[in-house]
Amino acid sequence: MFSRTIFGVLAGAAALAVAAGGAVAQPKDKVKVGFIYVGPVGDHGWSYQHDQGRLAIEKAFGDKVETTYVESVPEADSERAIEQLARTGHDLIFTTSFGFMEPTLKVAKKYPNVKFEHATGFKRAPNLSTYAAKFHEGRYIIGQIAGKMTKTGTIGYVGAFPIPEVIAGINSYFLGAQSVNPNVKLKVVWANTWYDPAKEGDAAKALLDQGVDVLAQHTDSPAPIQAAEARGKVGFGQASDMERFAPKAQLTAIVDNWSDYYVARTKAVLDGTWKSEDTWGGLASNMVVMTPYKNMPDDVKKMAQETEAAIRSGQLNPFKCPVYGQDGKEIECKGNGALSDEQVLGMNFYVKGIEDKIPQ
Amino acid sequence: MRFELTPRANVSPVARALAPVAAFITSFLIAGLVIWLMGRSPIAAFEVYVTQPLTDPWSLQELIVKATPLALIAIGLSYCFRANLWNIGAEGQYVMGAIFGSWLALATHGTEAGFWVLPAMLCLGIIGGALYGLIPAFLKTRFGVNEILTSLMLVYVAQLILDYLARGPWRDPKGFNFPQSVTFDPAATLPPILETGRVHYGALFALTAILVTAIILGRTLFGYRLKLTGDAPRAAQFAGFSARSTTLAVFAISGGLAGLAGIVEVSGQIGQIQPSISPGYGFTAITVAFLGRLNPIGILVAALVVALTFIGGESAQILLRLPLDLTQAFQGILLLCVLAADALVSYRVRFVTRGGGK
Repeated sequence: MFSRTIFGVLAGAAALAVAAGGAVAQPKDKVKVGFIYVGPVGDHGWSYQHDQGRLAIEKAFGDKVETTYVESVPEADSERAIEQLARTGHDLIFTTSFGFMEPTLKVAKKYPNVKFEHATGFKRAPNLSTYAAKFHEGRYIIGQIAGKMTKTGTIGYVGAFPIPEVIAGINSYFLGAQSVNPNVKLKVVWANTWYDPAKEGDAAKALLDQGVDVLAQHTDSPAPIQAAEARGKVGFGQASDMERFAPKAQLTAIVDNWSDYYVARTKAVLDGTWKSEDTWGGLASNMVVMTPYKNMPDDVKKMAQETEAAIRSGQLNPFKCPVYGQDGKEIECKGNGALSDEQVLGMNFYVKGIEDKIPQ
Repeated sequence: MRFELTPRANVSPVARALAPVAAFITSFLIAGLVIWLMGRSPIAAFEVYVTQPLTDPWSLQELIVKATPLALIAIGLSYCFRANLWNIGAEGQYVMGAIFGSWLALATHGTEAGFWVLPAMLCLGIIGGALYGLIPAFLKTRFGVNEILTSLMLVYVAQLILDYLARGPWRDPKGFNFPQSVTFDPAATLPPILETGRVHYGALFALTAILVTAIILGRTLFGYRLKLTGDAPRAAQFAGFSARSTTLAVFAISGGLAGLAGIVEVSGQIGQIQPSISPGYGFTAITVAFLGRLNPIGILVAALVVALTFIGGESAQILLRLPLDLTQAFQGILLLCVLAADALVSYRVRFVTRGGGK
């Protein structure tokens, strides 16, 4: 877990501290936990995994918790849904998409005694934590697998939106592929949606038509990997284990495991020890989990396992310096032997060798 | 055997007035049956869906907030639809209004610009929406291009322009490259009517638009002209009403009101430019306009009813753990029942048994 204190400065935070200071945390006998999902629970990707986390809370605490969720909440119209949870007695509320940031902040100011947790954002308050996962760690591993598995030498990527999280994922994937296959080429198609099986499937088909034979995705439905399966190509599951949708095509999947975090945060509210924090977990903290490596030769599998272990132990950082930008110039190394967290979280450049332009 | 619909000669005004009530009761009965089959209490669902939102002050406020853009857009659309012109692109005009108005908010951000910013933003919003609405109107009057297609396709153009702006030139330089603008200054923010509430002045704009429209449609030559153009285009021509200027006028009005809704929503609710600023208000408003039978007061009621189904649906998810799909199914059932009730009032259903004839 890292502390991104640099992001923590917020207008009004001081006023909030006073407001929240009045309510000293007390242990509770029972907590009500609410969730706001951006997609349907049945997307089998992003929102589905968050809901798995909700179910884990129910399983862990039984009668001591009550959970609620609201699904498919449009980001531009989410303030009301969040406030509904806050005013119906929920003690802890998770808002699970970047676009919920401003509304969550607004509602958090109005309800200083309710604890809020916002996924993938950067604005915090005394009663508002943020959390995100280092998916790019997993993407480095699948990049290496892709580099080994491709026969055409061209690998593909279905992106949702060109935001830093997605760009960092693409770079990490490509750096992984390049590390085992220096001549590999990468093609990217933007679906401009998080969840739209039809569009995602079309984006995947466009890539496969261009000679891509290993497909990665950063959108939420299983449509891209299903497209790969239908064409006899291979790919990677995203957010959740998609093996049941593509048993022959899925090499592995990068699973978002929110369960441990959600259970820990709920426990903190029960114990009265909840504090506003910033959490950025990866393979080491089990927030990012790789499903078993399948449908690949033993040597590739062995390589993937070793890379996973190296990242887990901290030996290997996908963004170890030197990292070169698309123009061939070295990116200033602001971290300790690797790009700093801030550089990764705000990434808006492609690394050298990617023959594509970030949509501006 | 088959059904046949024959128009009723005299439709009693009482039947017409009672039709929506019957539609409501029927749709609640159907939805109640579904909920009962799911093993839940239909009475508790009705309570959460309807009674609570209509009795709790917080929900009432939210109801007005949600109904505001719907009413503004739908009242504009009623001008087009009355003249038999199919503006399906209110969503695009909404977005363009938001873009025009937000330009000023961002241009004056961090300056000492005073009270004039907000009114100017609202005017720009109206202008942006109206100009964008005039594109399909112009294409139709000049080249005879079908306005349904052009207005709909221009929605996607507007959304992509907004997307470009949010990710590119208007992106908050301090926002870690995330696709959103800075939050608007207080001078560019539409304030709530009551200090502590969420209902902003947009609600008053919507009410004004409804009242003005009621007067225009009922009491002016322009209103008569719209009705005539819609019901009997040839008669309108003989009466000397130019179809071209009617088309341009209604698209400008409709686009302008959608544009106003857009800038009102951005400056009163969202407070910044984001890649997406509407959960489909422009399309939902088409439903609202028809549910309200293109009548200003009807539209006001319809906007509130549709808003109620959204808010009740959220409460049902939170309090009863009923799935969202049920809310959406209920919205569909409601619309179907209202349209069916209307049809049954205007037409008589006859069973025709086929004899040995044809």
